[in-house]
Amino acid sequence: MLIDVHAHFYHERTPRADWRERNTSRLRAGDKIGITIHVASVLGTWGRTSPIYFPSPTDVTAGNDALLALARVHPDRVRGYACVNPNHTDHAREEIARCVAGGMVGIKLAASRRADDPLLDPICAIARERRLPVLHHVWQHRRRDWPGQEASDAVELCRLAGRHPDVHLILAHIGGGGDWEHSLRAVRGTANVFVDLSGSGADGGMLEACLEAVGPGRLLWGCDLTMDTGLAKLRYLERLLRPDELELVTWRNAARIFPPGAFPAD
Amino acid sequence: MRTDVNAFLGAYPFRRVPRTSPEAVLAAMDRTKIDEAWVSHLPSVFWRDPAAGNAWLYEASSRYPRLKPVPAVHPGLPGWEDVLAEAASRAVPAVRCDPTFYGLDPMGSEMRVLAAACGTTRVPLLLAVRFEDARQRHPRDTSPELPAAAVRALLRADGDVRLVVTHAGREFVEEVHFGSTPDEAARVWWDIAWIWGPPEDHLATLLTTVGAERFVFGTGQPLRIPEASAAKLDLLDLDAGLRAAIDSGNAAKLGT
Repeated sequence: MLIDVHAHFYHERTPRADWRERNTSRLRAGDKIGITIHVASVLGTWGRTSPIYFPSPTDVTAGNDALLALARVHPDRVRGYACVNPNHTDHAREEIARCVAGGMVGIKLAASRRADDPLLDPICAIARERRLPVLHHVWQHRRRDWPGQEASDAVELCRLAGRHPDVHLILAHIGGGGDWEHSLRAVRGTANVFVDLSGSGADGGMLEACLEAVGPGRLLWGCDLTMDTGLAKLRYLERLLRPDELELVTWRNAARIFPPGAFPAD
Repeated sequence: MRTDVNAFLGAYPFRRVPRTSPEAVLAAMDRTKIDEAWVSHLPSVFWRDPAAGNAWLYEASSRYPRLKPVPAVHPGLPGWEDVLAEAASRAVPAVRCDPTFYGLDPMGSEMRVLAAACGTTRVPLLLAVRFEDARQRHPRDTSPELPAAAVRALLRADGDVRLVVTHAGREFVEEVHFGSTPDEAARVWWDIAWIWGPPEDHLATLLTTVGAERFVFGTGQPLRIPEASAAKLDLLDLDAGLRAAIDSGNAAKLGT
């Protein structure tokens, strides 16, 4: 079994005219790679009517609706994170409840608010109640602010994790840009933070450093926007790890932190 | 047969990169079924005289015939013509120049003269757009990335020069290709190391729009794991002929 914990899909209310092709391409590449389940999120309208990382409540709902619909079409292959904007607490609460009722298995926080902001506490409280992992968009060592997002880094995510030790937090895309060595130093001692291996970065030494920092028990395989680097990391890990360790990274860790029954063999 | 046109030997100054020795790179090549690699000396990219690493590179590649040396030429230093002449006499697959790291104007007079000399000597000139993702570079690693305009300028500087450009993404490739005449565009080859696969499918798109004959297999190892370039080809539905061309055939034609 192979679970991609960091996938995205598009829909008709996004700026991309090629949204169907991209969705089809992800599923087709997933078949080639051997992905059993794509755990995906949709960030609102991907910038069409509100910013990607600051989606309006209306767009959050539209994106989640699109993902729920896709999961109904592909119940054997697609699971969802409920994407919410923590600046709208009541809407976020309602949206998580609605999406979980529809079958979603996690919460996605983009970069609408810093990870250590108190507004994330009510989200984490719901995550704890419902045993949902929280995938948090992270900039690997943010040295300055970037336009269009209020990106967090691992230090901030670990502060949140410290306030919510019973919630499983996923540090997004360690290969997604920035100084991954900084992130690995930060998360080393925080047991409830898992590292998602996705991202276009496939640096020599990165996977060894991930293993050295948190061990195979806190790594999660994923792709994000580049499935070729996902496949490359999978192949590299096959040579780096024992079969039982590899299973942790490819699905057992995910099966442990997502709700019971989220995945076929679970 | 698979030829990696974009490999390095030696340490990287801005972060710890494991397995940079010739033996370790050869082991990675075995792992990923790469028969030959064009190798550059990575530390000397950052030296005042990048050509000072060439002797080591020639010696290392003489011990390991699967490693083909790509020596460095700095056209702003006295005697660079001799460095190029030696490279030509050794029948290297290419020479490299990293103008922004050397402190040269990438479309300035030194680079244009080097391009012309490479055209005359029939030695391809290899240029890297970058070595790492801009978002992760060391705070002191501030050399600009190679601009697409420089590649266009060098193609126009000499009618015989052939360029191999590594670490370019889709937009860069498109800007140069469609901003050049057919003759100019036919004298540049792109390695696939930095081009995205599915679901964005940048490589699949470029193979159609730019043409498969323009692309060569390259990895950027050991800065990147070589599995990444092999994986993006494996995820394409290429027929055997096209796959062989990208894996090695196009690179082989570069030397002819």
